[in-house]
Amino acid sequence: MDALIHQIFSGLANGCIYGSIALALVMIYQATHHLNFAQGEMATFSTFIAWALVQRGMPYWAAFAITVAVSFVAGVVIQRIILRPVEKAPVLTNVCVFIGLLLIFNALSGWIFDHTVKAFASPFSQNSVLKTAYFSAHEFGSFLVMLGVLLALFVFFKFTPIGLAMRAAAQNPDSARLVGIRVSWMLAVGWGLAAGIGAVAGMMVAPVVFLDPNMMAGILLYGFAAALLGGVDNPWGAVIGGLIVGVLENLLGAYVIGTELKLTVALVLIVGTLTLMPSGLFGKHVVTRV
Amino acid sequence: MIAADRKSRLVWIGLALLLVAAVVLPFLVKNYRVFQFNLVLVYAIAILGLNILTGFNGQFSLGHGAFYAIGAYSAAVLMDRLGMPYWATLPLAGVVCFVFGFLMGFPALRLGSHYLAVATLALALAVPQLLKYKHLEHYTGGVQGIVLVKPEPPFTFRFLDQPLNADRWLYFFTLAVTIVMFVLAWNLLRGRVGRALIAIRDHPIAAAAMGINLPMFKSLTFGVSAAFTGVAGALGAVVIAFVSPDSFTVALSIFLLVGLVVGGLASIPGAFLGAIFIQFVPNIADEMSKSAPAAIYGVLLITLMYLMPTGVMGMVRRLWARWQPGAARPPVNARPGASVPVPPDLTKESTT
Repeated sequence: MDALIHQIFSGLANGCIYGSIALALVMIYQATHHLNFAQGEMATFSTFIAWALVQRGMPYWAAFAITVAVSFVAGVVIQRIILRPVEKAPVLTNVCVFIGLLLIFNALSGWIFDHTVKAFASPFSQNSVLKTAYFSAHEFGSFLVMLGVLLALFVFFKFTPIGLAMRAAAQNPDSARLVGIRVSWMLAVGWGLAAGIGAVAGMMVAPVVFLDPNMMAGILLYGFAAALLGGVDNPWGAVIGGLIVGVLENLLGAYVIGTELKLTVALVLIVGTLTLMPSGLFGKHVVTRV
Repeated sequence: MIAADRKSRLVWIGLALLLVAAVVLPFLVKNYRVFQFNLVLVYAIAILGLNILTGFNGQFSLGHGAFYAIGAYSAAVLMDRLGMPYWATLPLAGVVCFVFGFLMGFPALRLGSHYLAVATLALALAVPQLLKYKHLEHYTGGVQGIVLVKPEPPFTFRFLDQPLNADRWLYFFTLAVTIVMFVLAWNLLRGRVGRALIAIRDHPIAAAAMGINLPMFKSLTFGVSAAFTGVAGALGAVVIAFVSPDSFTVALSIFLLVGLVVGGLASIPGAFLGAIFIQFVPNIADEMSKSAPAAIYGVLLITLMYLMPTGVMGMVRRLWARWQPGAARPPVNARPGASVPVPPDLTKESTT
């Protein structure tokens, strides 16, 4: 029984990370109706930046803050320079651009930081107060960090003018533009936020899976599964979807199919959700006008 | 009429010259180059398969590497475990992949363009893991993969001072299969079926209204496309004489997509250009750094999307149309103003 509870709790901890990647995906999807295939590689690259800073002797949380800030700016810049010209282009163009970004970031990570697998220190030491019976210190710590991110986002979207403007721009771009919101810039801020969230998720997951340029491939897939399961247009759904996927992954891995087929679980989840329940658990039904 | 006649005669002469060049080529270069040209032909078939799906039918796939892998493994298992001759495995690999593709095409019916990309990406990521799965190890050889024997040529002769050895024989075998596959594809796409596929791509609702059975056509296209790529995979396994899960990572799927985009969407000869690109550019880029090929692919993919969204063949078609002022109107997707030959409904979707 203890083992089961432990599996569930560590599933929740993983689920937080999947949830935050899903959240980053949902943010970009809501604003632009595109799924960002480069999200995972961008997060990996951010994590490498944090690793390099810590290697230079910077305290962890300072490196953390700088990484998030750099990622935010990079996200904005990427949207402005690379994605703005294809904002209105067909889907295939966009998917190709995203795949191009994915390749570039993956190659850059390998080129600059080498392909060897690196250990990434956890900021939460094994013996800290965070360690409980069912959580390891890092699991609980990352859980708290992710919760903090969610809370910050909630406050940002609910109570700040920019947050409101962003929601308006996502919901109804034309009307938003008419009342003076710079919609295109709002998309850029959305990209920046998504890149920032991705960076946090990357830094939280790196101590568990170790750092290498392909670290995020599987996690991105789980992020997709989480986003689709929760409903791709619902941020809360993304988080809950992430938690469900995390627990499911851990339980199936521990008791049913072993850890070798984890990606197949994601495949089945994605195809299953899309086929049986295309709008996810909490998503809106989209009706297209013919 | 006379102009059209002249044009078609020019095309035939060009094709004949190309064929002669392709036949003489292996005797002019070293063994390793022959092997590389072999792979070019294999990739050309795979890209053609992807093009039938994405270029002509407007369905996405980031997972065609998975079908390539399934084809390669079908061939390898049939040769290694059942002792089948290499040439007999190709049609079977095609059939196996057709079935898998058809099954994948079924959920794909309900998926919008993005979601299909995600689902196929998941497929590409999952297949190498499945190939390593321990309960399948008896057939797939697990992480080790399967080592095959390179087929010997049935007869041998010398030409231009070079013997017909295993690699050269395989080259001719691959060339023959390539020609068959391209003729099949051309035949399939130039007639009613091809028009139906393009109609589905450009306007699914109108296509359905015209009496095209949308679900059937889309699933079948997925199957046919997978079958082409599967045959390519089987050929690839025979040519390389080795299969292992790690040769079929998601990178393969992405490279096929790059080849498709470089060569040109909805262009049959473009597949060759794309194949040449994905075979030789990494070799050149590799000399700079291990990461360089991926970086170059990435930069190129984005640049192409800005500058030449119809690929090299689209560019050629456009220049051809400009060069001949009296010629008939250029095809829709080669019009200078048009961005990419993909369905207008996709454009609409991204703005709603």
